[in-house]
Amino acid sequence: MPYKILKKKQLDKSGILVEIDIHAPLIAKKANPGNFVLIRINEKGERFPLTIADFDRSQGRITLVFQIVGKSTLLLSHQEQGGELLDVVGPLGNEIQIKKYENPIVIIGGGVGIAPCYPQAKAFKEAGNSIISILGARTSDLIFWQDKMAALSDKLIITTNDGSEGLKGFVTVPLKDILAEEKISLVIAIGPLIMMKNVALMTSGIEGLPKIKTLVSLNTIMVDGTGMCGGCRFASKNGEIHFACVEGPDVDGHMVDFDILLNREKRFIDLEKKSYDLYKQECKVLEEIEKNKKI
Amino acid sequence: MSKTPPRQRMPEQAPNLRIENFEEVALGFTEEMAHNEAQRCLQCAEPKCVDGCPVNIDIPNFIKLVKENDYLEAIRSIKEYNILPAICGRVCPQEIQCEKACILNKKWEPVAIGALERFLADWEKENQLKECPDCEPPNHIKVAIIGSGPAGLTCGADLARYGFDVTIFEAFHTGGGVLVYGIPQFRLPKEIVEDEIETLKMLGVKFEYNMIIGKTLTINDLKDMGFKAFFIGVGAGLPTMRIIPGINLNGVLTANEFLTRTNLMKAYKFPEYDTPIKIGEIIVIVGGGNTALDSARVALRLGAEKAIIVYRRSEAEMPARQEEYHHAIEEGIEFEFLSNPVRILGDDENYVEKIEVRKMKLGEPDESGRKRPIPIENSEFFIKCDTVILAIGTNANKILTNSIPELKVNEWGYIVIDENGKTNLNGIYAGGDIVFGSATVISAMGAGRKAAKAINEYLRPLI
Repeated sequence: MPYKILKKKQLDKSGILVEIDIHAPLIAKKANPGNFVLIRINEKGERFPLTIADFDRSQGRITLVFQIVGKSTLLLSHQEQGGELLDVVGPLGNEIQIKKYENPIVIIGGGVGIAPCYPQAKAFKEAGNSIISILGARTSDLIFWQDKMAALSDKLIITTNDGSEGLKGFVTVPLKDILAEEKISLVIAIGPLIMMKNVALMTSGIEGLPKIKTLVSLNTIMVDGTGMCGGCRFASKNGEIHFACVEGPDVDGHMVDFDILLNREKRFIDLEKKSYDLYKQECKVLEEIEKNKKI
Repeated sequence: MSKTPPRQRMPEQAPNLRIENFEEVALGFTEEMAHNEAQRCLQCAEPKCVDGCPVNIDIPNFIKLVKENDYLEAIRSIKEYNILPAICGRVCPQEIQCEKACILNKKWEPVAIGALERFLADWEKENQLKECPDCEPPNHIKVAIIGSGPAGLTCGADLARYGFDVTIFEAFHTGGGVLVYGIPQFRLPKEIVEDEIETLKMLGVKFEYNMIIGKTLTINDLKDMGFKAFFIGVGAGLPTMRIIPGINLNGVLTANEFLTRTNLMKAYKFPEYDTPIKIGEIIVIVGGGNTALDSARVALRLGAEKAIIVYRRSEAEMPARQEEYHHAIEEGIEFEFLSNPVRILGDDENYVEKIEVRKMKLGEPDESGRKRPIPIENSEFFIKCDTVILAIGTNANKILTNSIPELKVNEWGYIVIDENGKTNLNGIYAGGDIVFGSATVISAMGAGRKAAKAINEYLRPLI
């Protein structure tokens, strides 16, 4: 079955954030907030997970947002609108449990993690929840889907590390104030591991702040993504081993040992760089050939 | 009978050469060798080998046909019972099945039945004589097979021959299950699996890849699509992890991940292929089964200097195939028997540096019938290594079973079936690793065959 790229859109000026719509009717039909897909772009490609950022069941469409961080994401960004991906598998992982909470929910998206916050915010909003959203990024240009999130949020806060938009600093700056000022039923954090670690720490009942249930989304390194290989494993603070692909991706943030996971996610870093550099070199050569043709 | 000639030895790639490549180790019989070997068969009136075969191939008959140089009839005879001879000829543990039962085994060496089966399958392929096995006329009744491993392929092929409209749903992007993600290229080339899948396509079997039944589609969706019966052969699930200190260090991985990266995703061709694998120089593999041996031998071919198997029992209790054990020894794999890991130690960057191992001794037999390993006090020692691969078994994959709460599973999550392969739900059958835990390719095929027979009987009234 071909998985056609229906639309491709650049989300920032530098071009590292990309949004694509894929024709995948069976996946769209079953997709729920929290689910992810595994992608293999071509015959020699690796299998990697991306969380479903939006879906339209009637149109048979899923939306993915990714940041270019290595070869596979760069290669994905080079796929043309109208082109096809070799394999898209899903929806995988567990959907999040949606219900109406007594107090507001804080939804925190960091960087590319803003995208998977959207379907969760939408579902919680539809269930009648009051939502406070915090969107954070390095700089203003990397904040996206602000309008989409604003439409679902009772309050929307932007943070940037360089202060180019909203509050200057990390997402935990406004979170701390919120936790100190009002009653919160649930915190959802999706973004870099280090951000999720700090959010989970802040909601764990430190510095006189209340302990609040916190869900984090673990997009670990996976191969099959169906509970077979064990590559996605992470450890809990009490030393148990868990598997993100079948127990997650959304898990209790207070249970995760983030330091172990931060270390594990680095395990292929040198090979990932090698693969990325080789591909960039290849692209350069191809570009030269194209240029010469035109001359 | 003193004239019984010696068993023919199958040519193999020399150990020093083969550890440099992923090509097949065993090269197969020449025609002359096959002919000589066939002469050794005594054509017993009451052949024990047939009973030793899980799918009861008429072994004396096909060997007789080899003797008569009628290879085409010989392969036809095998295919009456076994649709995947090129695979079985390579990976069946014949030494504990048909060849163990061979009458020659009492005084001499048994007939090389597996090698002859492989010879015929390869001969048929080389001469492009592959033909569509006889089928009953199509009855247009749809049956869904979930999982394209050995159980699913066999069940699907048998049902197609009964005339059913069979679709096999596979989670991966390619067919074969453990035959492609688990068993390495040098033991079972992927082209052989592809070829056997072609035979199923000749029978009219359809393949749907990237389909996670229980997620992408459910059994109820398939019922709505008109499927009348189901065979579940989804295979093994998550690997067993032993929680010891250091288990989360970088460089500790499961055999499932290691083999899937290498075999299915072709990480041995990185960076031409995008999936990376990283092992370093000295590799310790924990376990004593075929998966442990496969992992050790793959590690050597990926460039490891040394691969050491740490197994808590002794050589005699190893569940691995004898032939593969010999191959491993020839290739220079080292063994630390009666040894059990205690902890793994890492460097400043949290990469594996060494493993601490405790010596064991054997006590009384345990539930598995094998002697129980007992730790010896103060016997610990270290093995310096860069990678630790755990090959100590798998658990049930629950994606499908969780999506059918009414389906009866046992306390470990394996599906409960009756003697015909039927589950507690009407029209739903199961077999292979999702029923028995870890089993062999041929036992999974036997289960697929049994279920196909039962499904045929169940659906007959609809025809």
